[in-house]
Amino acid sequence: MSNMKRRTFLKGTLAAGAAGMAVKAGLLTPRTVLAAAWPTAAFDAKTVPEALTALMGSDQLDASDKITIKAPDIAENGAVVPVSVETTIPGVTSISIISEKNVSPLAASFSLAAETEPFVATRIKLAKTMNVTAVVKSGDKLYSTSKEVKVTIGGCGG
Amino acid sequence: MANSIKVRAKVTGGVTTVKALISHPMETGLVKDKKTGELIPAHFIQEVTCEHNGKNVLTAWWGASVSKNPYLSFRFKGGKAGDTLKLHWVDNKGESDSLETKIA
Repeated sequence: MSNMKRRTFLKGTLAAGAAGMAVKAGLLTPRTVLAAAWPTAAFDAKTVPEALTALMGSDQLDASDKITIKAPDIAENGAVVPVSVETTIPGVTSISIISEKNVSPLAASFSLAAETEPFVATRIKLAKTMNVTAVVKSGDKLYSTSKEVKVTIGGCGG
Repeated sequence: MANSIKVRAKVTGGVTTVKALISHPMETGLVKDKKTGELIPAHFIQEVTCEHNGKNVLTAWWGASVSKNPYLSFRFKGGKAGDTLKLHWVDNKGESDSLETKIA
């Protein structure tokens, strides 16, 4: 009997070990391992309030002049629009970029660690002329600033 | 998918600036293939994480609105020259890549 138990025990540890190895080798997708998964509902949302509610649990935005969006006034090519967001608001935990008239308005959301400065830069696609909005989360409040970018050639295959 | 990431990390005045470029098609799933007239399936990076000496400093969640061959830049405090910086991405098809580099 004791022998049997030992056998089950060994089998168990071997299986656990194998699963661990699989994660390390990248065979299992990290999404199943990470607690915070990619917010499907927020990216699937078709309107800005829906996207914000799905992502942050609220669509109440306070306009703030402490957020700077750097983006071109006129983008010749909507497929590649450089956007950077910087803020002087303290205690920022996330910065999101919203392209309000794209099919899915939420373009990107960045979660920042405590030592990460409240600055991100990336490049996004804009289907047409629209406001690009930066949403900054600090504490449980959301602050935002918008900037209009005129697009002469749409970035979504048009 | 090896070497899809190019990254530069540099410290100036105690602040590390990270600039990364990733090679990826970032298909929205809304564009038609010009030859076949069929929609090209969505294929885009969903999550990019960056770790400094094993500690997460940034997690980016991306939608299909991020441009092809995405660029990402951010800054964090506390990095030193020679520290390890690891970037990792996963796309909606479960493909992924990661790169480890040293801060310059």
